[in-house]
Amino acid sequence: MLAQLVRWSWIGDNLDDIGVATVEHLQLTVLSVLLGLVVAVPLAVLVRRRRWLEGPVSGIAGVLYTVPSLAAFALLVPVLGLTSLWTPVLPLATYSLLILLRNTLTGLDSVPEQLREAADAMGYRPLRRFLEVEVPLALPAVVAGVRVATVTNVGLVTVTALLGRGGLGAFILDGIRRSIPFPTSIIVGTVGAILLAIALDLALLWLQRAIAPWQRRAAA
Amino acid sequence: MISLEHVGVTYPGTSSPAVDDLSLEVAEGEIVVLVGPSGCGKTTTLKTINRLVEPTSGTIRVDGTDVTAVPVHELRRGIGYVVQSSGLLPHRTVRQNVGTVPRLLGWDAGRISDRVEELVELMGLEAELLARYPGELSGGQQQRVGVARALAADPPVLLMDEPFGAVDPIVRARLQDELLDLQARVAKTIVLVTHDVDEAVRLADRVAVLRVGGTLAQVASPDELLQHPADDFVADLLGGDRTLRRLALHRVDELDLGPVGPGADGLPRIPCDATQRGAVDALVAAGTDRAVVVEGDEVRGIVALEQLTGGR
Repeated sequence: MLAQLVRWSWIGDNLDDIGVATVEHLQLTVLSVLLGLVVAVPLAVLVRRRRWLEGPVSGIAGVLYTVPSLAAFALLVPVLGLTSLWTPVLPLATYSLLILLRNTLTGLDSVPEQLREAADAMGYRPLRRFLEVEVPLALPAVVAGVRVATVTNVGLVTVTALLGRGGLGAFILDGIRRSIPFPTSIIVGTVGAILLAIALDLALLWLQRAIAPWQRRAAA
Repeated sequence: MISLEHVGVTYPGTSSPAVDDLSLEVAEGEIVVLVGPSGCGKTTTLKTINRLVEPTSGTIRVDGTDVTAVPVHELRRGIGYVVQSSGLLPHRTVRQNVGTVPRLLGWDAGRISDRVEELVELMGLEAELLARYPGELSGGQQQRVGVARALAADPPVLLMDEPFGAVDPIVRARLQDELLDLQARVAKTIVLVTHDVDEAVRLADRVAVLRVGGTLAQVASPDELLQHPADDFVADLLGGDRTLRRLALHRVDELDLGPVGPGADGLPRIPCDATQRGAVDALVAAGTDRAVVVEGDEVRGIVALEQLTGGR
């Protein structure tokens, strides 16, 4: 059965293409999550200062999250063009916004008020307090959000194959579009994307633990 | 060293003040304890000194300088601050926590390291704790680290907000002893907030009793306070066993000890550094009305029960 579905010789012949597609897939994923972070973190800091913004800001992020990915890509093609990197990256970043915003807020809110006051009382100035006290303590929650956003975006990147990009998604599309469907190509795209998602998730899980050694040791 | 002149604090959105026209002087090297029921503004009063709370009226001076005359972060780096459950930064090791203020002051690494090790030793903490995170310490250890951190840059003034509120009574008593011990060596000017009257009486050179509404009910030495509470409010706050508690403030050898007569061999023996309350306990336990006060093996004299119960 498997031998019929997967033609190993085809995989061997196309290793270079698979490698290139994997790198592209990784680029689109990382770029979109980074862009999401660049927007989400300042927004979260702003919301903490002007709490009334929380409703509207999460509302907008929530509405953006509901836009079907295919529609978002299609809408941006006339604006940014089919070949622009922004056409896939912008919607992907938008999808990561909700989870990144929420987790950054959760992280910053989890810093006890008493600790902020203790830092103030020692003579921390606001920026340094933010960087040395609030950011390190909020970071584990932020990275947890980055993990979810990354895994989600690895899946979504495959859809951008319809724009002529899509990294490993191109193999899936190619397998479907042939006059006689070609399972090997579909499986390469699918399994590749899954493995990439798992690898990134594990790497981020490691990061999440590495940046908060005090949490592990206190629990031990 | 610290002077509060007609300090008033009214929080935004409230009509009645949290602190009302409060004036208090704290002399250099003195421990003043602010005590009172919850809502009496004792913590608010404390926080006006390092400007965690800005007073709505009045003036506060530390070492003669108006606290609003210097940048707030500089003021705070010169005032040690200890809070309940220590307020240690959980993501920083004991070494980093204790070195916080020196680092903010820009000391070089070697000097910080030396100072941190000196303080950890002063607080009776083992050096191996330096690499640990606060979450890995016991409550008592955290509290000692909190005090070490407050002392790091050798500030003349120490503010302590319910510093021993989060530890069990046995550890609390030990930490209180250690604080008095420490104070005998470092002689800081300390303002400490507590709701525990026993703690106030035990630690204070002078106790400032606050009533709800943030006004001073009485400022007096523990002895004076227990002997002459200013009004019913203060008397109620101190509780019913004032006389016995006052005895705990005095050593038995402060009394005029009587000459040792015949028959003293059968009497209980009390060390001369025992408190008068301890002497009452010993007498009641032994069922006698007299005891021999000793210093080591040397007999100092006789204490009689009526000396303890009759007042002085």
